[in-house]
Amino acid sequence: MISQEIKDKYTLVVGLEVHAQLLTKSKMYASDSTEFGNLPNTQISPITLGHPGTLPKVNMKAVEFAIKMGLACNSEITKYNIFSRKNYFYPDLPKGYQITQDKGPICVGGFVPVVLSNGEEKSIRLNRIHMEEDAGKSMHLAEEVDTLVDFNRAGVPLIEIVSEPDIRSSDEAYNYLVEIKKLVKYLDICDGNMEEGSLRCDANISVMLKGATEYGKKVEVKNMNSFRNVARAIEHEFERQIQQVEAGETIISETRTFDATTGTTASMRTKEDLNDYRYFPEPDLSPVIISEEWLNSVKVAMPSLPRELFRKFTQEFGLPDYDAGVLTDSKEIALYFEELCGLTGNYKAASNWMMGPVKSYLNELTLHIEQFPIKPVALATLIQIIDEGKVNFSVASQKIYPVLLANPEKSPLEIAQELNLIQESDEGSLKPIVESVLAENEAKVAEYKSGKKGLMGMFMGQVMKKSQGKADPKVATKILMELLDN
Amino acid sequence: MKVDVNTVKKIAHLARLEFDEAGLEKMKRDMTQILDWEEQLNEVDTENVEPITTMSSEVNVMREDVEGEHLSHEQALKNAPQRDSDYFRVPKVLE
Repeated sequence: MISQEIKDKYTLVVGLEVHAQLLTKSKMYASDSTEFGNLPNTQISPITLGHPGTLPKVNMKAVEFAIKMGLACNSEITKYNIFSRKNYFYPDLPKGYQITQDKGPICVGGFVPVVLSNGEEKSIRLNRIHMEEDAGKSMHLAEEVDTLVDFNRAGVPLIEIVSEPDIRSSDEAYNYLVEIKKLVKYLDICDGNMEEGSLRCDANISVMLKGATEYGKKVEVKNMNSFRNVARAIEHEFERQIQQVEAGETIISETRTFDATTGTTASMRTKEDLNDYRYFPEPDLSPVIISEEWLNSVKVAMPSLPRELFRKFTQEFGLPDYDAGVLTDSKEIALYFEELCGLTGNYKAASNWMMGPVKSYLNELTLHIEQFPIKPVALATLIQIIDEGKVNFSVASQKIYPVLLANPEKSPLEIAQELNLIQESDEGSLKPIVESVLAENEAKVAEYKSGKKGLMGMFMGQVMKKSQGKADPKVATKILMELLDN
Repeated sequence: MKVDVNTVKKIAHLARLEFDEAGLEKMKRDMTQILDWEEQLNEVDTENVEPITTMSSEVNVMREDVEGEHLSHEQALKNAPQRDSDYFRVPKVLE
């Protein structure tokens, strides 16, 4: 361990490369299925296997998905796109090259605003987003002499999102990844599942003395299968590199692998001392030209993005940042809430319902909002009858809500009537109840009158009990005060 | 353009080819010849000529995102030098 004092002398510099597997039905350059989890080597074609004489053909949907991500990240969309071959030998790459984009990526520049843990917003700039294809999957099992290869994944479309080295802490890296995941899920272009490998992240990490103008030598760390592990790997590398610099050693540019059990990284040096990918333009694919017209049709079909909804929820609906943050965490919740707010004007109540009873029901049964039985319109009615004073929140949430969950086709008012829960806000019918409570508690009434005003709560409790929770608290309080203070 | 033996060795390694001394010399000669021949292209004035990446002038040749036919599992594995009932087998690439 190194002391905080020494750590404070250095600045951490991180750039992330995120690979996102696109949610297309077919592969990037061939029509084989991209479905996950099927038997090995059942979704391959001669193109995927790189058999002689086969020709790739670009999946238009994959191009559109890449454009969407670029638009969401404020990137410039390249009009004239060509593909390149990246040549290397590995058994999971049947053609001996990967078709990717080298010069002229489809999205250039851009930025991703990230909210840091201190609440501040920071923009992480992007270098590029480019299109490419995934490799197959190699399995190196301990009990096997051979490596086993499954090519189902070979050719699945990917976008690689490359950030500038703008990240200065593991926390920033974590939040950046959360933001990227949110974006791809909102855009519906990737399922964002890091454990299953549909989102993968490599980190380029270096350190420099504070105030230095030149970055240190960077180390690339691979093999982190969760956001948490990316943050851990960065923490570890920061300390390891500082230790090395402090000891007067030089950092070598190398690729290291992260070990989740120990939280450390180890050199992955292979015989190939320097990769030489010998990129050249892919002669088998014709250029993809993105016309204004095509670009506009993608723009028009863009869904609301999390930060747009956040802005809407805070500025238009006047909700606190906290509420808006929770409600935009997942696209489905945000859309449900947005629909709900189109049906009720009481946005804060809507937010409270979402974050309270709705979320706890979903969490308890580990359901997604899509599986939530109550339609926004029914929830809006429930909020309305509370606002109208027909029931109070606790009756609504504890008595009506459970029945509504079981009978989502019923109207909340219908349930309230059937269960005889409509609140007594009629002074005439509440007054006798209040009177009888006071009559039963003569001693307490005397105490109250001699100054023990805190007894008011006790009287209210009794009134609620006698009315079976139906008394409108406002009206009941008014009557109580009238009777007691006279 | 003169190609030296080290360049040949590097390119051979990247292509996973092995040559003996005589082979290296032969490759060196051949590659030098090929590059010399290609150097004739330098005589052409390419100022203001956009580079091309394909021989065809077609653009936007793309597919709709629909699943098509793929090989049966058995056909897919048929030409593998080594295989089992599920996988392609290759010499172990990681210890």
